[in-house]
Order: sequence, then structure tokens, then C-alpha cells
Amino acid sequence: MSQLGIVYALLGAAVAVFLSGAGSALGVGVAGQAASGVVSEDPSKFAKVLILQLLPGTQGLYGLIIGFVTLSKIGLLGGGAAEVSVQTGLLILAACLPIGIVGLISGRSQGKTAAAAIGIIAKKPDQFGKAMLFPAMVETYAILALLISFLAVSAIQI
Amino acid sequence: MAVLQMQRMSICALKKDRKAILEKLQSMGVMEINHVLEEDEDFRRMDTANARLSFDKAAASADQALDILQQYAPVKQSLLSSLAGKDLIDKERFQTVIENKDELLKTAKRIQMLDKEKAELRANILKIENSIESLMPWQKLDVPMNFLGTAHMAMIPGTMPGMLTLENIYSMLAQQSPDLEVDVHIISAEQDTTYLTVFCLKKDAAQAEETLRSIGFAKPSLIIDQVPSKAKEEMEAEISGIQERIAAIEKEVIDSAVNREGLKLLADYYRVRAEKYDVLGQLPQSERTFLISGYVPTKEVSKVQKALTDKYDCVVDVEELKEDEEAPVLLKNNKFASSAEGILEAFGLPGKGELDPTAIMSVFYVFLFGLMLSDAAYGAIVSIVCGILILKFPRMGKGMKTSIQLFFWCGISTLFWGIMFGGYFGDVINVVSKTFFGHEVGIPAVWFVPLDEPMKLLIYSMLFGVIHLFTGLGIKGYMCLKDKKYMDFFCDVVLWYMLLVGLLIMLIPSDIFASIAQTSIVFPPAVNALGKGLAIVGAIGILLMSGRANKNFGLRIALGAYDLYNVSGWLSDVLSYSRLLALGLATGVIASVVNQMGSMGGKSVFGAIVFIFAFIVGHTFNIAINLLGAYVHTNRLQYVEFFGKFYEGGGRAFNPFKENTKYADIKEETNL
Repeated sequence: MSQLGIVYALLGAAVAVFLSGAGSALGVGVAGQAASGVVSEDPSKFAKVLILQLLPGTQGLYGLIIGFVTLSKIGLLGGGAAEVSVQTGLLILAACLPIGIVGLISGRSQGKTAAAAIGIIAKKPDQFGKAMLFPAMVETYAILALLISFLAVSAIQI
Repeated sequence: MAVLQMQRMSICALKKDRKAILEKLQSMGVMEINHVLEEDEDFRRMDTANARLSFDKAAASADQALDILQQYAPVKQSLLSSLAGKDLIDKERFQTVIENKDELLKTAKRIQMLDKEKAELRANILKIENSIESLMPWQKLDVPMNFLGTAHMAMIPGTMPGMLTLENIYSMLAQQSPDLEVDVHIISAEQDTTYLTVFCLKKDAAQAEETLRSIGFAKPSLIIDQVPSKAKEEMEAEISGIQERIAAIEKEVIDSAVNREGLKLLADYYRVRAEKYDVLGQLPQSERTFLISGYVPTKEVSKVQKALTDKYDCVVDVEELKEDEEAPVLLKNNKFASSAEGILEAFGLPGKGELDPTAIMSVFYVFLFGLMLSDAAYGAIVSIVCGILILKFPRMGKGMKTSIQLFFWCGISTLFWGIMFGGYFGDVINVVSKTFFGHEVGIPAVWFVPLDEPMKLLIYSMLFGVIHLFTGLGIKGYMCLKDKKYMDFFCDVVLWYMLLVGLLIMLIPSDIFASIAQTSIVFPPAVNALGKGLAIVGAIGILLMSGRANKNFGLRIALGAYDLYNVSGWLSDVLSYSRLLALGLATGVIASVVNQMGSMGGKSVFGAIVFIFAFIVGHTFNIAINLLGAYVHTNRLQYVEFFGKFYEGGGRAFNPFKENTKYADIKEETNL
């Protein structure tokens, strides 16, 4: 029974990476479709729409950060896995949930916002600064989730 | 740090100097034409639309010729060439080129014509090739296809569907009309078509055709009056003739590539003239005189006055702008601050009565950007790359140049923060020394390592946030004072400062703060009391004064309470600065993921190769993605949190009448 602790911990890392990664994949995908439409009309806007398309990609990176910190915390990266009690394992799993869930939802929403912002670039290319701001608003919540996940994971004693 | 003061300048001069004065103004490029005068019986506007259109057309024609030249004789352009900016051309050189402008325009037309001819010839070749294709099955026929036969015999060429043998055809014919006598020759047969000729007596020809049609026989789509094989040869000869012509055209176009520079100048020349005529069309003109009116930055006024009154008979009248007139905005900042002008422009230029926040913003921008990226090596790379670009392309376009300058400064700030936090490609020194040399060494952080003490950096992030926001509120106060709105200054700025400072003083000794900061700070009781007092006075003041524009007392209090609710806005604004920590961590952790992956090959030659590969790919990716992140989120902190406190924007950019060229700048007196 006591060996299950590390399983929960690893599940936490997996949840952080796959949920937020999935959110980013959805978001970047939606934004990419809009970006392709704009570039097919006017290839000179490539650089601008590419930046906007990349914006929802950060959630996946945040998930990666939490996954990586968790893995190194439980010693899976160094080779010798640490003794993790069931309670600690579940703690780590809980700590990973914010970035996983918020990453999934915010990645998706940010993708939609980025697609709409790409529409701004299509019509008013000089309004890039403002267009970039709308997706960045969504990202705030992913950043907050990242912070809590990070602080929680690093606060758990093993 | 300023929005340049504008004045209205009106020039009245004689028509004979019109061209010279317009050209002078255009080359100085310091005046935005703006006419307030209506047309009346003395002053009329000239219709220049036609002239302008013809100049635009000429410029477009030169542009098109240049595009064609680029297709035929491409000039290699490196990826960075877009940074190079416009060439600088001597005025004499420009004049000599423009003296031949008719010749050059002819060349441009000729190039376009040749290109068109080539396209037509290409289409011709395709047509002929199609004919050859349809003649191919008839190659074995050694009489012309429209051969009518001899005195008594008729020849009927045609096709039948399907791959048929003589036997098939004869049996089909026998079924249809057993007594018909014909001689069938199969010329060639393909998968789904058989090509054949049928011979019969002339008197039977009509019957034979009728019968043949009933079994699916059809006349060939293309009938030529030549032996097919010969016709094919002739067509091939024609194609090679056309190809020679195309080669000749290509050569001629490539030879005219020497005119490339001339064409560029020509395009610019016509573009400038079109603009001049556009302005000319706006000028009110009487029989002998004309008027120009527009905005000129105050510091340029005397220069323009001198340039005009010395040479020409004219009256130059300068007046201050009227109260309700919205002047175009031109910013003037020192070298460091001006690099952030692009960031401000992206949000919006200062509106009427607002001051230019670029100088203050640029300091915060660079500071916060470095904190978000916070890796010494990344910062050094960014600065070095930007520095090289600036040195290598001194004539870069203005917008591009300011952004690259800004990133140069941001790189230096990143370098500074990287040294403070001990980040050099993440933890590459530790990983390399441990993996390849056996014992771990590293450069210790000058300040502290955020990964080990995230709470500490979180507190500092919010502290920087509070400073940033208070600066914003301070600017609002300054603007109120400048406009002599002392009441607004006290109610909207001073009271808020009191409330917020009071709340901060109350918060710092509390348990929540102590658990976050992991140290408890104890103020002397007097300070605590002061904090409470400030907060209470501030809160009551805001409650009473925010709705002061309203006469109704109940509504006034309600508005005040609503404004007090903005405390939560301040809280979320300050919390927003926690992204400084999060993005800094993101850079560091992803960098160590890269290093970790690289070191998995272990201590061997193979391991080293894996490491170098992972290092280059991984860190390039990390720099790119985190540069983007830092850029976006620094902008956000400026636009939403900082500007939210005092700045609205909405100004209109100064758009002077100048030589808007595309390819080259003509050397003359420097502009602004």
C-alpha cells in the first residue's frame, strides 16, 4: 500500500503536463487556423500572426515546469526514487491540479481569443499592440495557477 | 520626455514660387498640411487629381518593372536585408537619373511589354503542344488528313471508341449493312480509342459514313491539310522558333537590369511628385497668390521661416493653436527613452492635454523585462545580436531601429538580473561540470536563487508592482496639478495614497504577510496607529468625495462606496505582478530541463555530442519562447496596470508633408 505514494506523485506530474499540454494544443490549433487564413490573403503578416498563434502555447510550458519540478522532487530524474508516503503522494497530486485544469481551460480560451486577435491583424495590422493584449489577459490565470502549483509542490516536504 | 509643441503656420506667397516653395517644404518634411480655409470666389482649389493619377500610374509602372526584373534577374537578398533600410543617394546622382526620366519610363514600359509578350508566347506554345498531342496517333498516316481519295475511291478518317481489331470492325459493319464494301485500315489503337481510315467507292461514301456512325465512328476533332508527321515537324519547328524568341526576350529583360537603380529612383520620383500634387490640390489659390497652412513643431518654426522668407516673396504667419484644436502628436525623447516610443505608439499616442509617459515607462519596461527573462547568458545574447544589427545596418527603418534598440537595453537588464539570480543558460555550468568533469561547480547568485526562495521573489515582485503603480498614480497627480485641478488632485490622488499606504502599513505586521515573507516585521506602535489613521481618513475621504460631481447626497455616497471598492482593483493589480516571478521561473526551469536532457548521454564523446545538440536546439527554443513571453507580459503590465492608473492615449500621429520614398533617401538637409 505504501508504494502507491510515488504513483500518486507521478500521476500529479502527468496531470500537470497532459492537461495543460492538451489545452495549449487546442489553443494553438484554433489560433493556427485563423493565422493560416490571414497569411493566405497577405503573407507579409506572417510574423505578427505567428506571435499571436504562439501565445496560447505557454500553458503547455507551465505544465512542463510543474511536471519537471515534481519529477525532480520525487527523485525520479536522478534514478533513485524517494520514499513517498500515500499522504505525500496525494498532496503532490493535489498541488499539480491547478496548472493542469486551469492550463487546459485557459489554453483553449486563449486560443479562441488569439484567433479573434488575429482577425484584428487581418483588418488593422497597425493595432498589433492591442491585439496582443487580449490573449495575454487570459494567460494571467494560467500564470496564477502556475504560481500556486509551483509554490505548493516546492513546499511539500519529502 | 515631451510631446512637441505645435504651432499653426500659414504661408502666403506668389504663384510663381509655388513649385519651389512646395518642394522646399517637402524636402524639409516638418509641416503637416491642414487647411481651415473654405473656398470662396477669390481663393479656389486647383484640380490636380488627373496629374496625381498619372504620377501614381508612372510610379506603379516602375514598381512593376522592378518586380519583373526581380523575376528574371533575381538579386540575392539575405534574410536580414529587410533590416538594411533605404539607400542614401546623392542629390546630383538623383538629378542625373531623373533627367532621363522619359527614357527610363520607356524602359519600364518596354519591360512590362516584353513580359506580357512572353506570357502570350508561352500560351502559344501550350496551344501548339496540344495540337501535336492530338496528332500523335495519326503519325503513321502518310497522306494528308483531308485527302479526298482518288477518282473513284473515297477516304474517311475517324476514331472509334475502345481498342478494336480489324476483325471487330468488319464484323460490326457486316451486322449493320452486309452488302457494304469497305476497306478499313487501323492507324493506331489505344486503350480507349482506335484511329482508323476507311476506304470505299465514292458512290458508297454516304452510305458508308451512315453505317460507320451507327457503330460509333466519329470524325477526328482536328483535321489538317498536311501529312500528320510533316505537320508535327513543322509545329515543332514553330515551337523552337517561339522558344528562341522567349530566350531573346529574357535576355533583353536581363540586359535591362542595369536600369534597376534608375527605375527605383524613378518610382520614388513619381511617388514624391504625386504627393506634392496631392498637397497642391488642397491649396487655396487666387489669381497671383496661394496659401499653405499647417502644423509645424515650434522648434522648427524659425528654420522654416528663415528658409522661406530669405529666398521668396512671401508672408509667413505663425500662431498658437486654438483651444479646441487637436494638434498632431510628435514625441521627443532622449536616446534611451525614445527606444520605447514604439511601445507607447502601439497603445496610443498621448491625447490632448496628456503628457508623454515614455521616459518613465521606458525605465520600468527595461527593468521588468529583465526580471522576467532573468538569465545572464540569454541577456548577453540578445544584447550582442541587437548591438551587431544596429552597427551593421545603420540605415535601418526607424520603427525597426527603435525596437531593436529597446531589446538591446532589455538584454542588458536581463544580463543584470541573470547575474543577480545566478542564471547562466539555467544551470548549465553545474550540469556540465557534474556530468563531464565529475565535480559540481557553479557561479553563485549575487542576490539569491529564485528557485530556492520563490516566496522571497514573490514579495519583491509585488513590491516592484506597488512602486510601478504608485508612480502611475503620481503621474496622474502631476497632471492634475499641471491643469490646476487641485480638488481632483486631493480627492483622486492624495486620498488614495493615504488609503493604500495605510493599508500597507496595516498589512505588513500581520500574520498573513509574515507567513508569506517568512519573516515577521514589527513596526513601532506609533507607525501602526499612523497606518490605521491614514487608512481610515483615506477611506472616509474617498467615500465622501468621489461622487462630488453629484448634488444628490445619497447618490454621492453610493458613488463613493463604489469607488472605494476599487481597492480590490488595486489588489488584483498588485497580484498581477506575480507574473514577474512565474516568468522568471519558467525561463530557469525550462533551461534546466534542456540541460538535464542534454546530460542524459553521460560522460562520453557521444554524450558530449548529444549535449551540444540539445544545448543549441533547446536554448534557442527557450530564448525565443521566453522573449515572446517577456515582451507580451511586460507590455501588459505597462498597458493595463500602469497606464490604467493615469493614461488614456488617443492622440493622432504627426504626419508631415515629406518625401515618402520607397527605395532611396535623397541626401539633403536632415529632417527632424
